[in-house]
Amino acid sequence: MSHSMRIHLKVWRQAGPNAPGRFESYTVENANEHMSFLELLDVLNEQLIKEGKEPVEFDHDCREGICGSCGVVVDGVAHGPQPRTAVCQLHMRHYKSGDTITVEPWRAKAFPAIRDLVVDRSAFDRIMAAGGYVSVSTGNAPDANAIPISKVDADLAMDYASCIGCGACVAACPNASASLFTAAKISHLAKLPQGSPERKMRVRNMVEQMRKEGFGDCSNHAECEAVCPKGISISAIALMRREYLKAATS
Amino acid sequence: MASKLDARIPAGPLKDKWDLYKNSIKLVNPANKRKHTVLVVGTGLAGGSAAAALGELGYNVKAFCIQDSARRAHSIAAQGGINAAKNYPNDGDTIWRLFYDTIKGGDYRAREANVYRLAQVANNIIDQCVAQGVPFAREYGGLLDNRSFGGAQVSRTFYARGQTGQQLLLGAYQAMMRQVSAGTVTMFPRTEMLDLVVIDGRARGIITRDLVTGKIERHLGDAVLLATGGYGNVYYLSTNAKNSNVTAAWRCHRRGAYFSNPCFTQIHPTCIPVSGDYQSKLTLMSESLRNDGRVWVPKKPGDTRHPSQIPEGERDYFLERRYPSFGNLVPRDVASRNAKYVCDEGRGVGETQLAVYLDFADSIRRLGRNKIEERYGNLFEMYERITGENPYEVPMRIYPAVHYTMGGLWVDYGLQSTIPGLFVLGEANFSDHGANRLGASALMQGLADGYFVIPYSLGDYLGGTRIEAASTDHDAFEAAETDARQRIGKLLSVKGSRTVTEFHRDLGRIMWDHVGMSRTKDGLEQAVDAIAALRDEFWQNVLVPGEPTTYNKNLEFAGRIADFLELGELMARDALMREESCGGHFREEFQTEDGEAVRNDRDFTFVSAWEFTGDPRTSVLHKETLEFENVKLSTRSYA
Repeated sequence: MSHSMRIHLKVWRQAGPNAPGRFESYTVENANEHMSFLELLDVLNEQLIKEGKEPVEFDHDCREGICGSCGVVVDGVAHGPQPRTAVCQLHMRHYKSGDTITVEPWRAKAFPAIRDLVVDRSAFDRIMAAGGYVSVSTGNAPDANAIPISKVDADLAMDYASCIGCGACVAACPNASASLFTAAKISHLAKLPQGSPERKMRVRNMVEQMRKEGFGDCSNHAECEAVCPKGISISAIALMRREYLKAATS
Repeated sequence: MASKLDARIPAGPLKDKWDLYKNSIKLVNPANKRKHTVLVVGTGLAGGSAAAALGELGYNVKAFCIQDSARRAHSIAAQGGINAAKNYPNDGDTIWRLFYDTIKGGDYRAREANVYRLAQVANNIIDQCVAQGVPFAREYGGLLDNRSFGGAQVSRTFYARGQTGQQLLLGAYQAMMRQVSAGTVTMFPRTEMLDLVVIDGRARGIITRDLVTGKIERHLGDAVLLATGGYGNVYYLSTNAKNSNVTAAWRCHRRGAYFSNPCFTQIHPTCIPVSGDYQSKLTLMSESLRNDGRVWVPKKPGDTRHPSQIPEGERDYFLERRYPSFGNLVPRDVASRNAKYVCDEGRGVGETQLAVYLDFADSIRRLGRNKIEERYGNLFEMYERITGENPYEVPMRIYPAVHYTMGGLWVDYGLQSTIPGLFVLGEANFSDHGANRLGASALMQGLADGYFVIPYSLGDYLGGTRIEAASTDHDAFEAAETDARQRIGKLLSVKGSRTVTEFHRDLGRIMWDHVGMSRTKDGLEQAVDAIAALRDEFWQNVLVPGEPTTYNKNLEFAGRIADFLELGELMARDALMREESCGGHFREEFQTEDGEAVRNDRDFTFVSAWEFTGDPRTSVLHKETLEFENVKLSTRSYA
């Protein structure tokens, strides 16, 4: 049977990009073990609206861990305590009545604050625009089976391609590096023959764009891999470096 | 007015229509394409692929999405796969069979010519996606793997693990970002379309709101492409993403675009049940689970014993009992409806009693736990993450949920709505799935429309139309912007006592109870009145917090719920008008003694197309009669 839970929340509130932020404390009396963490925030917001206060803003959409919209730091960990779980899939049964949970936005120079828990992740789009694609215009494609690809490579490409672009890797990194995000796309395309002709240009341009956006460099902390909701391996970063070196020396 | 519904289907044999169309259309000179501005609203599979393809051709594209990045559109959540009659498995598939399965699956309420074209271009989609680097599943020989899906007798579904939608969307997104880099596409994320601007009878622009700053803006174009997805969230709880909504489509409807078949909605049988009032959305699990799971409830109403305590003789395997030949594998609508019936009888299980068991115990005994884990491991893991129960040991609890909407804005063969210059793509239009959509065909339609249909039909429009010079100072822009501002002002000024979510939840309950899996004349009439009353109350008593000039999710949602409150009534009216049972639309008055749907081909072989008249209560019905020249209408039977 489900039990009613009392949950205390310390939530980062910030009215706008240049406004000072602060933690506010709230209590939700009627939480429930079956709720997701975002549903707990929904209940808090309904409560705040009824009290004439402004609700806590946070990004969310699919609520099944695939769109990458949501992302907050829960008790110091990006997406919270459950491994390989986006915060929309974190359920309250992992907490007990009386717990206090601290909620913060992704913090990184390249992710400017918008409001409360919402940040601007458009830097990721610009990194993708710098080369995260195969240059093939519609209608040019040969038959899909014209080029066989080893299953091992195809599966590895899929592992890297499963990135949801949520930004947890940046939030968790002491250097606020976007290396895992950038490397995941570079590695996905580097594993496939279709991505090969422009691989050198791709890695140069994407890495350059990542720097321009103000993300830090990677110093092998591997915090990114630990919080990635898709469990993407930092082997991607190693591969990106090899690709970069090859591109830089040729 | 009936002439507005000219579908403009090319003459000629079914298999030649698309080629004949392409041979006869007007073209736009390459040097002139950049002079045309095309506004693409929505950047999921349909909008993203359209923006990419049009950018590649050299058009000046402005693309808008409500998410913070185009990569997050709800297409991303599609799990299963995408169909194409490549016939790589050599199992007898043909374009004709894909066409036939789709038209039959839609219960003969879709246009033959559109569906045939869909089946034709599906092969190009697979080629295009592979060329983009979409990592479809492969066999050890390095070639693409196929699986079977949704009762088709051939294996024609291409897939990328359980994340096919994600990979296809990222393919389209990356193609679009390449055009952003090339300067042909300008992206406007976190931007919501609030109205359509019609000048001299043509769609020429949109009014948008910046969802971060609240800034209202005007955008002028030579054509508007709407690819804003479905309206399943009218039910409050659905498998749709929270931001999915009908507003852009509904605003176009209010400006003159006819809305077709709004009552055709798809309810998916295998979702994780609702656990309480706070529930914000529902999660789908692949229906492949029904291959090895047995659906049952206790025979006795109100039996709250743990499932392991209920002996075999006191269980009712109701699908196997009612449909001995198809058993647990009856189609989505039949499985969903029967789950509802047993719960209505008080035999539902779990805390809410709105669930049925899906039990793998027999399969585990027969095949071993390893085999089941191999087949469904990721789904079992997902179920356990959400419910906290281990389905290897305790039967899963499942319940139907709203999943997809077949209805949408009316379009002709070239995807043009009843407003010239307004084109509608993907789930937002009504065109290809009739009264019921088959599995793995939503992704196919979105990409077909965007990559392979609109580049031609838009060219035909722009090449064959004299588009007058206009500016955003035009009176029509002024009027539309004023409307949008007043509406926002009004939403914020009511300052009532009930939240937007409370209204949405109430609307959802009415829709689910009366315009859901099983509909009756009485219920639908009640729904029409109840929705109208709720709508009136909404405008008197809604409480929208915050300011118009900041990020304000409640304000965004308030505008969307206001539109759902109009759409909901139209859905009920459409369902009331359609006195037959077909596909996802089941009217209890029209069934056999065995409870099977009774379609009425004599009176209802048409597409409904509703015209907005200023008040949802008086919408006017137009009909596009469907001609079947190539397939014979037959009755579905699964007994």
